[in-house]
Amino acid sequence: MKYLDEYRDPALARKLLAELTATATEPWRIMEVCGGQTHTLVRQGIDDLLPAGIRMIHGPGCPVCVTPLEVLDRAHAIAALPGVVFTSFGDMLRVPGSHTDLLALRARGADVRPVYSPMDAVRIAVAEPAEQVVFLAVGFETTAPANALAVQQADRLGLDNFSVLVSHVLVPPAITTLLEDPDCEVQAFLAAGHVCAVMGWRAYEPIAAKYQVPIVVTGFEPLDLLEGILMAVRQLEDSRAEVENQYVRAVRRDGNTDAQHAIETVFRIADRPWRGLGPIPDSGLVLAPDFARFDAATRFEVGGITTAEHPECIAGEILTGAKLPTDCTAYGTRCTPRNPLGAPMVSGEGTCAAFYAAGRVPRKVEA
Amino acid sequence: MTALECPLPIEEGEVVLLGHGAGGRLSAELLEDLLLPAISGSSGRGLIGRVPLEDAAVLPATGGAELVVSTDSFVVSPLFFPGGDIGSLSVHGTINDVAMMGAMPTALTVSLIIEEGLPLATLERVARSLGEAARAAGVAVVTGDTKVVNRGAADQLFITTTGLGTRLPGTRTSAAYAAPGDVVLLSGPIGLHGTTVLSTREGLGFESDIATDSRPLHHLVRAIAKAGGSAVHVLRDPTRGGLATTLNEIARDSAVTVEIDEAAIPVPEAVAAACDLLGLDVLHVANEGCLVAFVAADKAEDVLTAMRAVPGGEGAVRIGHVADWPAGRVVMRTLVGAHRVVDMLAGEQLPRIC
Repeated sequence: MKYLDEYRDPALARKLLAELTATATEPWRIMEVCGGQTHTLVRQGIDDLLPAGIRMIHGPGCPVCVTPLEVLDRAHAIAALPGVVFTSFGDMLRVPGSHTDLLALRARGADVRPVYSPMDAVRIAVAEPAEQVVFLAVGFETTAPANALAVQQADRLGLDNFSVLVSHVLVPPAITTLLEDPDCEVQAFLAAGHVCAVMGWRAYEPIAAKYQVPIVVTGFEPLDLLEGILMAVRQLEDSRAEVENQYVRAVRRDGNTDAQHAIETVFRIADRPWRGLGPIPDSGLVLAPDFARFDAATRFEVGGITTAEHPECIAGEILTGAKLPTDCTAYGTRCTPRNPLGAPMVSGEGTCAAFYAAGRVPRKVEA
Repeated sequence: MTALECPLPIEEGEVVLLGHGAGGRLSAELLEDLLLPAISGSSGRGLIGRVPLEDAAVLPATGGAELVVSTDSFVVSPLFFPGGDIGSLSVHGTINDVAMMGAMPTALTVSLIIEEGLPLATLERVARSLGEAARAAGVAVVTGDTKVVNRGAADQLFITTTGLGTRLPGTRTSAAYAAPGDVVLLSGPIGLHGTTVLSTREGLGFESDIATDSRPLHHLVRAIAKAGGSAVHVLRDPTRGGLATTLNEIARDSAVTVEIDEAAIPVPEAVAAACDLLGLDVLHVANEGCLVAFVAADKAEDVLTAMRAVPGGEGAVRIGHVADWPAGRVVMRTLVGAHRVVDMLAGEQLPRIC
């Protein structure tokens, strides 16, 4: 467990900051893709310490935040059905749909159970054969392998009372979409270390080359982020646009091929709508035909879903980095973690929740 | 009364959420908006802040020392976990609340709500543990009650204990007495109880590395009072809601800023690893065997030395100090040297950990 001390060391952090100060000559704009990185940046106040006006733009890498409202409403409708045990990672429990959230449904009698692994949901299905056990399979490439293994396990066990509601999304198509936007301000990316631990970074190489943008695969500890920022700034200062790996202790260029194989077996790439960003081609995963019988969306008839976003929520602009949470008129007043209007205020990885937890208040508009 | 002071209307059909019992902001709202007004028969709005809500009440002295009384219910699941069980926890939790008012606990009442079907051997094991904890703490169990409810109407066993104690002469601690310049002392590592119970319940595999810190704290309080006397302004044990919630309550009730240093806060490695895995902030994780003491600067070193000489206080450290502005906030100097506000727990984190 040495990682905790090694990658959170205050003296090393000061050293990296000094090096960054000596290197940076321009107010570079760098996007950290992953919400876990956003939380470390904001919790540690790293973005406040950056020299030369360097600005961090907080990216769309919060799986909870980009899960479409339609999926949430469908999840809530299924969870409310009698005879259903609805399982989910804890993060999803308080995310508001159009009408309710899973915690409120549970308080009113729905059988909603937080689990730490999709395998827990399979175990429940085995232990309680009279119940229909549904797992809400959301997340990026990081959670997809475990969810794939759970489906394979259910298949091996011949379970007909287990299903998954799938809303998996993929990072590279989202980065491409952001870069295609003519208003995109991002000059370099910190790619999400854990996504790359699974998938490797080959998919990012054509993006770096095509858009001439540095991409640094980066970890989640304070020193990881400082080093990742330093590596990105060095590339920008040298006019290089390469994929580099800061997170060498976890990531290889080819990633984890066993995990990739599990994903390829159980899922197929498909177009996917992102909450806040809209539809993105080839940006999601759906169950492959061989496993389609585990799809909760077809197993449960819940009628037409009509969605309604809260009109005041600017989650879309938060997710693309176009606006800060503190730019939102509802931030901290009508929208808090206690009463969230949108997903970024709920999730452990949401930018609004990160800002709120760190007590950030609206400040002067940055140039 | 202005519109802002009106209690928020309770929406039709609203129900109690697990987060209402988490000890954080939702719990505070339930007290302020519903329970206190309903029980006191008047508007409760603004009660919090004007009157500090302590975990124990001090009754006026009638001749001898002031009497301190506190009550607490224990619904922890599972009943047994590394380092303790619901029986020992129900003793420690209540006598620690008495001790935080600068009092020595003397007597305890015990009320059991038992689910039909609970094995008698389980009940006996809990009762023995409860008795041993009380004897070890020098507290007599003086009266009690037993109720059995239908299967499903409770989960195995719930325990309510009420503790009585007498205040040490010369001590006068309250969450409202923190003063600018005070030094903030913490008696030991944080996060052990919450992560231990959660890891045991969910089978996360950290159980072999960690155990609850559940322990009686009144010996520590006696040493602190002896060394610091009236310079000891606040004593609190950061249970539900964790260190962050407790410090926020003190900052609010005393109208001061509490500044803490992240690098100074002792977090066991297994706790940090469990928190990382579960996405928990260790500052929000419950403790059952540590306390924070706010002490005037000139006595802080003496109190720290005294704490370290008492079992359970060996790891006592200075984690921060009190400033006067802005009032009501907790600010932390982060590991990399920036500052951020530390808020209290917003809603549900870990249900049924105590």
